[in-house]
Amino acid sequence: MYSRHTWVGSVLRHGLLLLAVAFAIFPFLWVVSASFNVTESMQFQQLIPPKPTLDHYKELLTSGRYMYTTWLWNSVKVSLITSTFVVALTALSAYSFSRFRFKGRRVGLLGLLLVQMFPQMLAIVSLYVLLLTMGDFFPFAGMNTHTGLILIYLGGAMGFNTWLMKGYFDTIPRSLEESAKVDGATPFQAFTKILLPLVRPILATIFVLTFISIYSDFLIASVVLQTAEQQTIPVGLRVLISDQYGSRWALFAAGAVISALPFLLVFIIAQKSLVSGLTRGGVKE
Amino acid sequence: MRDSFLLRHSVKILGLGILAALAIYASSSLLVSGSYVLAALPILAAGLITYIFLSPRRYPIRWLVPGLLFLFVMVLYPIGYTFVGSLTDLGTGHMLSKEQAIEQILGRTYTPPGAERYAYLAFQGSSGDLVFLLAGRETLLITDGKATPIALPDERFVDDDGDGRFDRYGDSRRLETREIIALLPTLQKLAVPYAGLTLGLDSLTEFEAQAPKYAYDEATETMTDLETGKAYTAIEGIFTSPNGEEIYPGYRVWIGLANYVRLFTSTAISGPFARVFLWTVAFALLSVLLTFALGLGLAVLLNDPHLRARTVYRVLVILPYAIPSFMTILVWRGMLNQNFGVINQALVSLFGAGARVPWLADAWVAKAACILVNLWLGYPYMMIVALGALQSIPHELYEASRVDGASRWQQFRKITLPMLLMPLAPLLVGSFAFNFNNFNLIYLLTGGTPPVPGAQTPAGATDILLSYTYRLSFEGDRGNQLGLASAVSVIIFIVIATISAINFRMTGTLEELSKNV
Repeated sequence: MYSRHTWVGSVLRHGLLLLAVAFAIFPFLWVVSASFNVTESMQFQQLIPPKPTLDHYKELLTSGRYMYTTWLWNSVKVSLITSTFVVALTALSAYSFSRFRFKGRRVGLLGLLLVQMFPQMLAIVSLYVLLLTMGDFFPFAGMNTHTGLILIYLGGAMGFNTWLMKGYFDTIPRSLEESAKVDGATPFQAFTKILLPLVRPILATIFVLTFISIYSDFLIASVVLQTAEQQTIPVGLRVLISDQYGSRWALFAAGAVISALPFLLVFIIAQKSLVSGLTRGGVKE
Repeated sequence: MRDSFLLRHSVKILGLGILAALAIYASSSLLVSGSYVLAALPILAAGLITYIFLSPRRYPIRWLVPGLLFLFVMVLYPIGYTFVGSLTDLGTGHMLSKEQAIEQILGRTYTPPGAERYAYLAFQGSSGDLVFLLAGRETLLITDGKATPIALPDERFVDDDGDGRFDRYGDSRRLETREIIALLPTLQKLAVPYAGLTLGLDSLTEFEAQAPKYAYDEATETMTDLETGKAYTAIEGIFTSPNGEEIYPGYRVWIGLANYVRLFTSTAISGPFARVFLWTVAFALLSVLLTFALGLGLAVLLNDPHLRARTVYRVLVILPYAIPSFMTILVWRGMLNQNFGVINQALVSLFGAGARVPWLADAWVAKAACILVNLWLGYPYMMIVALGALQSIPHELYEASRVDGASRWQQFRKITLPMLLMPLAPLLVGSFAFNFNNFNLIYLLTGGTPPVPGAQTPAGATDILLSYTYRLSFEGDRGNQLGLASAVSVIIFIVIATISAINFRMTGTLEELSKNV
């Protein structure tokens, strides 16, 4: 299909691609630039700041007028705890589905597949009522608590991730676990000491996927978290800009830039463990 | 070996014991609050889990218990509750069960004329428990929420400084006025039954004997106001007097399919609902088509081995995919700001003040803006999958067709497109389902605005079904219409189920999976 380019064809292609690149990266340039501009208002912002400043970052992080650091901490905390538990819970379930044969296994697996077709956020009304009721008996897990929010997330992350994890477990030969069992290990020991180190890449993958989706969740977090000191970044950032939008633009921009950082951090860390997980040798049959 | 066996088993028994205790606590609290059906659930669940952990035959299920528990409580139960809730009038003023509402109403009191009043002293022990000494026509002692007559002097009350006021009750110390003020929120909730009346705090310095305000007659479902003598009968989940006064809170009642009937027939609701429904479908469809078109176009360009710097291009155009979307959507919202946004500023400086576009204010322009931003967010994904699929098309096909004299465009239409659509079709259907519920985009970009004039429910021009549900539930100016919102959710469920069924049928996923699981 492809042939050598004529002069015109070459210009045309690069022209189109440059246009696409401009479309793709302009919002990033614009928001990064805004965060370094002296002016707070978007009206007077210039793409290349004449006198770049870190003032907006300083105000956001130190002035205490906005609970930005609290939101950031809440987001990171909720996402980290949720992802850790999701990895643990799905690993247990996936191990059972992958290694044992029992009644209800097929129904369970297909059921999981069907359940994950329905996004949890569709049941937002019920989750709201459920959390209201739960709060009456267990105040630490009711409305406006991180525990309640995390419990909701844990349920929603089960279906798809269990399938993903089970598929990976299936590719690991059982012989290592079998030989450990011969040496007297319990199935749980075989699981934690033999299998888990071998499946680190998929554990990392699920951790990252969960972290990203929880970190970006707006809908459920906005329903559950009602006071400013409990809110997460997506909920808080929106509040930060919804009032006097034009005038607090630079602050919002600085907040947006910072909130992308945990994202990158998790990505870099996970990439390392992905690579090291992949290069470890397993048993070959 | 023996030791670890013992240890493991004692841990297991201990864990199951704690579980049983928790279940009994949850059940008894549910019983007390009048939820008789729900109260059975914790006990049943705990029993089932205990069985699974003690029966060797159920060993594989033990591994599933933690995950399944969350799945049941946080996914399956809410889905079921949504279906049930859509058949009720659940919403502001109708949140409680009938028993709970009656209990709350019966707890209310009023001050009958000539009510007995008491001066009081309050004492607080180190553990925080409160004791009151009331002096009126008779002298009363209130401990643990119970009132008993008491004769003074009593050796438990001690006057240390001899000023005629007691300073201690046993170990409890008398509270100063400022301490009482600090405790007011708690004290105002005090309701101590005594001699058929209720003792409650009336002012900072006085208790008062109050009478129950309402009496309930189960047989006729009538609530009688004992102060005024007025009778309120239960009408549509709320106690209502003949001339229309209502006692809040109401309670939820079954209304059958009334919510669905309203969605489809009541003109003030069905009009906006139909609009929202059509726009949801159009939005999802256009999003898929446009992101696919742009993604495929870029993939074809970038797949060209003769292109220079194509890795650089590839990394740059994938960028929108790499940053959390909630953030970039808000950035776009800023850029599209009508007065100060960079896009309008650029247009104005190029074409003059008349070129200002009402990006988020005009219904049609706002719709276009939603699709534009979604295009920006979505095309990198399509480009990635298209690049993968392009590489799997065998080269011979192109060479053979060139020998036969096919043009570049014919090659694309007759070879590339059909060969791509086969593997990508399920992804396109999946993308449709995703955009059908793309709440973040709509809510963060436009919040559903601009509003549709004359709508009885909060339905905006860019609202999709899910954001409409959200606004019905949590942002209605006539209270939260949770029952109606649940009905909308159920309709989304049905649409998604249909899409998934088509997807499964197309790909044969289910058949393949049933063979291989």
